Amino acid sequence: MPPVIGKWKMESQRKEYGQALVELGKKKTDIVVLDADLSSSTQTGMFAEAFPERFFNCGIAEANMMDTAAGLAASGKTVFASTFAVFGTGRCYDQIRQSIAYPKLNVKIVVSHAGITVGGDGASHQTIEDIALMRVLPNMTVIVPADAPQTRNVIFKIVDFHGPTYVRIGRADVPTITNADEKFEIGKASVVRDGDDITLIGTGIMVSKCLLAAEELKKHKISTKVVNMSTIKPIDEKTIVKCARETGAIITAEEHSILEGLGSAVAMILGENATIPMRRVGIPDIFGESGDSEELMIKYGLTSENIVNASHEVLSRKK
Amino acid sequence: MDSLSAEEIKDLTDRATRIRQHIVKMTKEAGSGHPGGSLSAVEILTCLYFKILNHDPKNPSWPERDRFILSKGHAAPALYAVLAEAGYIPVDELKSLRKLGCRLQGHPSMTCTPGVEMSTGSLGHGLAVANGMALAAKLDRKLHRIYVLCGDGEMDVGEIWESAMLASHYKLDNVVMYLDRNMLQLDGPTEKIMSIEPLADKWKAFGWNVQEIDGHDMREILMATEHASQKHGKPSVIICHTVKGKGVSFMEGSLKFHGKAPTNEECTKALEELGICRQ
Repeated sequence: MPPVIGKWKMESQRKEYGQALVELGKKKTDIVVLDADLSSSTQTGMFAEAFPERFFNCGIAEANMMDTAAGLAASGKTVFASTFAVFGTGRCYDQIRQSIAYPKLNVKIVVSHAGITVGGDGASHQTIEDIALMRVLPNMTVIVPADAPQTRNVIFKIVDFHGPTYVRIGRADVPTITNADEKFEIGKASVVRDGDDITLIGTGIMVSKCLLAAEELKKHKISTKVVNMSTIKPIDEKTIVKCARETGAIITAEEHSILEGLGSAVAMILGENATIPMRRVGIPDIFGESGDSEELMIKYGLTSENIVNASHEVLSRKK
Repeated sequence: MDSLSAEEIKDLTDRATRIRQHIVKMTKEAGSGHPGGSLSAVEILTCLYFKILNHDPKNPSWPERDRFILSKGHAAPALYAVLAEAGYIPVDELKSLRKLGCRLQGHPSMTCTPGVEMSTGSLGHGLAVANGMALAAKLDRKLHRIYVLCGDGEMDVGEIWESAMLASHYKLDNVVMYLDRNMLQLDGPTEKIMSIEPLADKWKAFGWNVQEIDGHDMREILMATEHASQKHGKPSVIICHTVKGKGVSFMEGSLKFHGKAPTNEECTKALEELGICRQ
């Protein structure tokens, strides 16, 4: 049984990642893990402790880490490379492009501290553009797990998937909205709540906000479908078009810039297949700042209330 | 290795000449490419593929093979020429360089060309990739070695020094780097564009075993490589003093031929100098 909406347990995606690596490391001896001096934050430190010979700290040298990862992968290793999302994309974009994506090497870039919920560290550490950067790279798969159990399921899935993969998780504990036994498939969205009037497509932490918004909309007699779009690329075009046809209105919600993330991906598909009213909820085209995670979510427009308001606006345009 | 017979030296020299002819012809045919930095690395590549590497052109993915990474990916014509001479690809295919639909991309692509170990072209990546391969070899207790060729212009790249640190930190004595010290980069002499000297001291300070040789003397290349293989606990760099455009008088030391293909006339003249039939 799914937990009651709003009464969710708060759990750490990072901890799930670290534990998943340790469990997988026992079974699969070809797994190696790299980090760039943030292993105690990303939780790859758990793997380092369990399998010190298969863990390589590359120091504060992300470019070097990504190319080293490529060399290990070219030699048949299954490589996980971790750091903060802002550093694991921007500081080593050329290495990811040239040495991982272009030659299709089996490197899993799993980054934590994505988005604005990084909090106090401020804009320098809050990446709001990483999905955009990774999404435009050919051969790259981009996954944003919604919560801790899904993070575990994603890691267990991608370990057997051969190819460049980007997985984005957060710093803060997040509401647990999926079940541990829910199957995750790359490129398949899951409808987590059914409804007829509008579809809310969320990714990452915003799926829980969509569920809260759906409850609120119910009070206004609006029947709301909620989709967990955990794979941003390849995106589940079929589900998006189906939802568009069934409900005739779509809201996207992401803890990322409204430019070139989930919202853009959905808008492009709608533009080509099913033009219906839609609206993107996300961080406007501005940098973040220091603050408490929840305060930042409010200030930057990432609350269930923002989704509700956007829904009313879209529904007013629906024919 | 240091006891090469006159016959062996002649064989290597002839191969090097043929490789130079290929480079000139294929860049002319393509109408673009980088002959200068390809010609400076010919002896290094010839020694690697015909004396140093433990490899099997019939089985390019043989797990125990030594690896070679061309970090200075713009010297792709030299790599393709040597791969053709070694039997990875047909010699006739060389004329397809840079043409639409070809396997011989302007810069090496490991998913296109048999024998290419890593896609390169954006400078400064090769050493870190070599380190990754070297770590994998150590983990698997394999004895194969990883060789990488960098250009001197690449020494401008910060990542080179990150990976220099990593190689010595993890004691990667299975890594050997050849540094093609031809003194020129695209915009001019290396010391004018960005001072990289004292190079040997820098590599020593980063914990590497350092040798300096004449990069066109094949005996020296082979001896230095042999010496590198005997150094335990440290990666090795061989600074190879070379001449950009080596072997073609009007390309030697010429900035113009860093990234410009020869014209028909220049090609004919170059091939005359290289001697067409020294088979």
